[in-house]
Amino acid sequence: MAEAVSDAPLRETPLAATHRALGARMVPFAGYSMPVQYPAGIIAEHKWTREHAGLFDVSHMGPSFLSLTEKSGDTEKDHAAVAALIEPLITADVRGLKPGQVRYTLLLNGEGGIVDDLMVARPRDPAWSGTLYVVVNAGTKDGDFARIAKAAGVRATLTRSDDGALLALQGPEAAAVIRDIAPEAAELGFMTYGSFPFEGTRLLISRSGYTGEDGFEILAGSDHAVSLWQRLTADPRVKPIGLGARDSLRLEAGLPLYGHDLDETTTPTEANLGFAISKRRREARDFPSAGRILTESPRRLRVGLLVEGAPAREGADIADANGAKVGTVTSGGFAPTLNRPIAMGYVDPMHAAPGTSLNVVVRGRAQPATVVALPFVPHRYFRKGSP
Amino acid sequence: MTTRYTRDHEWVRLEGNTATVGISRYAQEQLGDIVFVELPAVGKKLAKGDEAAVVESVKAASEIFAPVSGEVTEVNTALAEAPGTVNTHAEGAGWFFKLRMSDPAEADALMDSDAYEDFIESV
Repeated sequence: MAEAVSDAPLRETPLAATHRALGARMVPFAGYSMPVQYPAGIIAEHKWTREHAGLFDVSHMGPSFLSLTEKSGDTEKDHAAVAALIEPLITADVRGLKPGQVRYTLLLNGEGGIVDDLMVARPRDPAWSGTLYVVVNAGTKDGDFARIAKAAGVRATLTRSDDGALLALQGPEAAAVIRDIAPEAAELGFMTYGSFPFEGTRLLISRSGYTGEDGFEILAGSDHAVSLWQRLTADPRVKPIGLGARDSLRLEAGLPLYGHDLDETTTPTEANLGFAISKRRREARDFPSAGRILTESPRRLRVGLLVEGAPAREGADIADANGAKVGTVTSGGFAPTLNRPIAMGYVDPMHAAPGTSLNVVVRGRAQPATVVALPFVPHRYFRKGSP
Repeated sequence: MTTRYTRDHEWVRLEGNTATVGISRYAQEQLGDIVFVELPAVGKKLAKGDEAAVVESVKAASEIFAPVSGEVTEVNTALAEAPGTVNTHAEGAGWFFKLRMSDPAEADALMDSDAYEDFIESV
């Protein structure tokens, strides 16, 4: 997870001192000093999140708001107008979002390559129509924001909100915990969000996450970051979780990490993210490089691998039974839930079917690896009506 | 029996001609949860500084170098099933391998525990 090292001073989130006081090990990540683990360690933090509720500081990410410069006051018309500004950059049917809906989507370049994966959401409150809540990745945020602002021109303003706190509360007990902080937020459906009162301010809370578990992502102003963190961690069901476990959790959940499993050379088809291209956009063929993406025969496909032996890390070759290279590992490590090494990577489409026996090359030696369907660990997202 | 330490945060327990090698408590704490240990073949001849083993945490792989020259006489096979022993008993049951030293005088250059404590302080 180490990112390119530069001489620029590291930025800190409003919770940096809190992490240090908890004994976190801080590492550089995407230009920020971030907690990679607390004293409990990655495996214990990972398991706690799968069994209870983990709290992650993800304030390095890029929450923002795209807002029409001049609103007409007509709720649907204003939503359609702001949607029309961002849709040419991405694959989602933003116009078709219902109030409060959050959508995972892809920012594409002119060649169909993935510039970023991001969340776009429509406010629930009609008074906010004409605004979109957009959350992009930490390492790509400056470029993404410039791209979106340029596309919006004078018709809309992009306001960064990455000087506050973005917290992720994840795990089977997350809903019970959030109920004590913001009772109405516990009623959110999966991939919806709303604004909820908290200690004299408001929190934007979405039912979403990056672990495969039920959970919430909470945007708070910097003034309330520490009190929100303290309130949440005062709950015995909650423990602080570092970026190390965030990475192992998302890997088990089969979720790609931008800059590792996705980059500007990867297309949505190759990345097995075709679901992120909304039906309306697919039928209208009006997303970036639609002609190319909808007709391409992918050169490679993203797959999961169950690895035997030592963990296969990013960059490891994937070979067929004859030793010929057929792909590359893009994320790999140890899966605490499965107690074994797993990896994600891209292979030649001929070798992408689940059950295919391949090898990964670790320190010059071939180790058996079997292609499996993603996710490695079943998702347990909240579904309305389910217990 | 004396225990010495290297600047790579390995410990070496010296008993006659035998050197038992592992990583220090400080090293295991820095690495975090150990999930895999790759050990050398018994009979392998190692020169001081050769890569002898690999220890993998959740996040990364780290090389273990031979602190002294010699031939591998035994490896800690229990680590295959329980690599976490390196975390819980770094300077005991979490040992990696034993060497029959070819030049026991090499061990004289290694740090004693007081010098190693000072070295950690300075890191």
